[in-house]
Amino acid sequence: MALSEKATSPRLYLQAQTRWRPAEIVFWLATLLPYVLFPNYLSLASQIAIAGLFALSLDLILGYAGIVSLGHAAFFGVGAYTAGLLSKYDWGEPLTGLVAAAFAAGIVGYATSFVICRFRHLALIMLTLGFGLLLAELANTLGWLTGGMDGLQGIHTWKLLGYFRFDLYGRAAYSYALAVLFVLFLFARRLIHSPFGLSLRGIRENFVRMPAIGAPSRAHIRTIYTIAAALAGIAGALLAQTTETVSLDSLGFERSAEVVVMLVLGGTGRLYGGLVGAAIYMIARDQFSGIVPQYWYFWIGILLVGVVMFLPNGILGGLAKLSRWSRS
Amino acid sequence: MSGPALATRGLAKSFGSLVVARDIEIELPKGVRYALIGPNGAGKTTLINLITGMLQPGAGRIFLDDSDITALPPEQRVRRGLVRTYQINSLFPHLTALESVTLAVCERSRAARTWWRPLNAYPHEIDEAYDILAALKLGPVCHRLTRELAYGQQRLLEIALALATRPKVLLLDEPAAGVPREESNELFAAIAGLSSDITVLFIEHDMELVFRFATQVIVMVGGRVLLQGPPHEIAADPQVRAVYLGNAPAKGLQDKRQEPHRESRHD
Amino acid sequence: MLPPIVGVLFDGLAYGMLLFLLSVGQSVTLGMMNFINLAHCSFAMLGGYITVALMSRYGWPFFATLPCAFIVAALVSVAFERTLFRRLYRAGELDQVLLTIGLVFMSVAVAAYVFGTDQQPLQLPGYLRSSITFMGIRFAVYRLILLGLALLITLALVLGIEYTRFGARVRAAVDNERMARGLGINVDRTFAITFALGSGLAGLGGALAIEIVGLDPSFAFTYLVYVLIVVSVGGLGSISGSFLAAIVLGISDVAGKYYIPQLGAFLIYLVMISLLMWRPLGLLGRR
Repeated sequence: MALSEKATSPRLYLQAQTRWRPAEIVFWLATLLPYVLFPNYLSLASQIAIAGLFALSLDLILGYAGIVSLGHAAFFGVGAYTAGLLSKYDWGEPLTGLVAAAFAAGIVGYATSFVICRFRHLALIMLTLGFGLLLAELANTLGWLTGGMDGLQGIHTWKLLGYFRFDLYGRAAYSYALAVLFVLFLFARRLIHSPFGLSLRGIRENFVRMPAIGAPSRAHIRTIYTIAAALAGIAGALLAQTTETVSLDSLGFERSAEVVVMLVLGGTGRLYGGLVGAAIYMIARDQFSGIVPQYWYFWIGILLVGVVMFLPNGILGGLAKLSRWSRS
Repeated sequence: MSGPALATRGLAKSFGSLVVARDIEIELPKGVRYALIGPNGAGKTTLINLITGMLQPGAGRIFLDDSDITALPPEQRVRRGLVRTYQINSLFPHLTALESVTLAVCERSRAARTWWRPLNAYPHEIDEAYDILAALKLGPVCHRLTRELAYGQQRLLEIALALATRPKVLLLDEPAAGVPREESNELFAAIAGLSSDITVLFIEHDMELVFRFATQVIVMVGGRVLLQGPPHEIAADPQVRAVYLGNAPAKGLQDKRQEPHRESRHD
Repeated sequence: MLPPIVGVLFDGLAYGMLLFLLSVGQSVTLGMMNFINLAHCSFAMLGGYITVALMSRYGWPFFATLPCAFIVAALVSVAFERTLFRRLYRAGELDQVLLTIGLVFMSVAVAAYVFGTDQQPLQLPGYLRSSITFMGIRFAVYRLILLGLALLITLALVLGIEYTRFGARVRAAVDNERMARGLGINVDRTFAITFALGSGLAGLGGALAIEIVGLDPSFAFTYLVYVLIVVSVGGLGSISGSFLAAIVLGISDVAGKYYIPQLGAFLIYLVMISLLMWRPLGLLGRR
């Protein structure tokens, strides 16, 4: 191989991996459809965007670093309560609220990451579950701060950028949530395509081999766990700001389990899996909202069993397999 | 030139009443090619695990280039140049060959810590990874997923990963295990072609390969070092032959004894 | 006169024994095949509902329903094991967690559909609802019987695992599954039987739990957390570990709620996290 050929070919190939695919552009254009096609569903659309961001943050640790967390809602809740409390105490500016929430959730994530990075398998799952439940109990006990069962009262979000008011039609809310989601998505995308992202995949693929190539796996895990916590916190803050309510279920086990379901439904380790899964889940739930909660969980149960048995890589994985199959 | 590249003093390890390593003292001078042989269960892989830090010794010390590394965690030892490969491939199934080696290079150069710049902003690392793969004749398949490579190619990838860390001491655990005869010669030629700055200790069962590539042979039995010496001496030693009696390698030893004395390979 | 702490310890011990019955099966099967079965407490819940149904609809006496709870839970679990679970023994943790959580969701919904979401009332005979007063402390008869029964079962388990051939196979499979297969032990069958036994015990535990903690569809989830805590703290595959962990947790929970009610459920999570950090393989874990 000529020197110039050798030098450019591998790099060009890797660069091609990071190029935007047509399907991605279609996806983001489609997120603009609700304005036109479903103007009455914009508040649902902003819920989907928020859930998508939450699921994306989980994907960073679950899909890319292989950490199964059953307590990720803890960070979502911390972010929500931070933004809510800020607003309650007369600082309702949305963007700084997001920053504060990211900071608070990030700190909690950083602190817990020191424990998380030292464990694997069942102990790790139990620890994430334990931390999540602990934080939920804490929020319940600190009723004077969190409002307990009644939730946080008195949240009022100021106008976005001093101009856009969050109204009942939800246009501002959806634009806000979608914009934040897109920006953070770009951030996540860049992270995944960086050398650090490659390390994360290495950790997921073969944890044991990493120290043998000199990789400080624990430090890497701490970093991504903190980042994922901050992103989840921002999602929680978005919820608090757009709905002007925060309650205990933003931290509860149901929310932690829900986000895992959404991510797995869409497909882990694919960046878009969380977004797709969130959309499908939330839309389905909205359509079947007439059904009593217990029965909703029956169908979720069947869905989970079905996904594990028949669609192990989620919907996106299934689609990828289908396209490979049709091409060959 | 100071002391040996790698040395162990009184290394020992037991699991309860099961003693897997007993008073192991070995020394590898810089740049040598030593072989470690012994029957199954002799403790060869255990020794490598002890040296690399995957196992904590019950007693003894390990020295890399005169510094005591006994207390260092595995990734620190790798950073100091003590690297191993695995007898059973331990690779990254869904990463391509190029990605795997680039990962190792990035970890070494600490580029792996940056999450804000894309991978192709690191052309040096990518080129270095490609060069390593090309030297091992894996250039054409560098974009294939590891799980889709042929077994022999995966074994070469194992070595590529180790080389990406710029080792000073390389511990190869049965590098040719499971590889067909024609390919294993190529594999060992690649190992032989390694720079003389690198000290190599390889575990092998195939005595022909041992004879061709090793200057000294260390024999382990039952967790301790039985003896050490140049290949032809080891082949002639009655204790060693007794240990190997009935195994295929004995045939290799037998043939060597009939043949005229072979020139040992010098660096 | 005994101090009130004796009463607290007694209640904690009884609660711990209940947790042990619910958890021991999970611990051994996890230790043997590393299969995470979050639906374990659904079988416990099933046992509870069997008892309720038999007593309220068919008028069975309480103690007669207990073997039924055990057997039905065991049989149903075997059905699931043969059809669904065995395909996931080699799968990753995430898949096992997801599948079994899915089953839990389904079981909760089915229970709500069939029995409603209210607490199930249980009409125990008079003598079971009474208590004995001894040196100033009231000891509930039910709890005494629960304690006795659980200790008997524990004894049977320990003797069984140490002195029977089947027990030896279980121990071998927990210690080193591959080696056990190599020795000609039919690990799959041993596992299936152990799984059935463990689920049966959980069913029994569920039936016995009604009087102490009540029964409604959320049982499958609420006690799942406790079981997982007992299992991970006690150590996978260890009967004595589960026993110890269950007692520690039972007493901590009852004592915590009695002396420091604000801490409440808190304490148990703190205890679990601290114990896991100190000994990630559990107090007496083998792996």
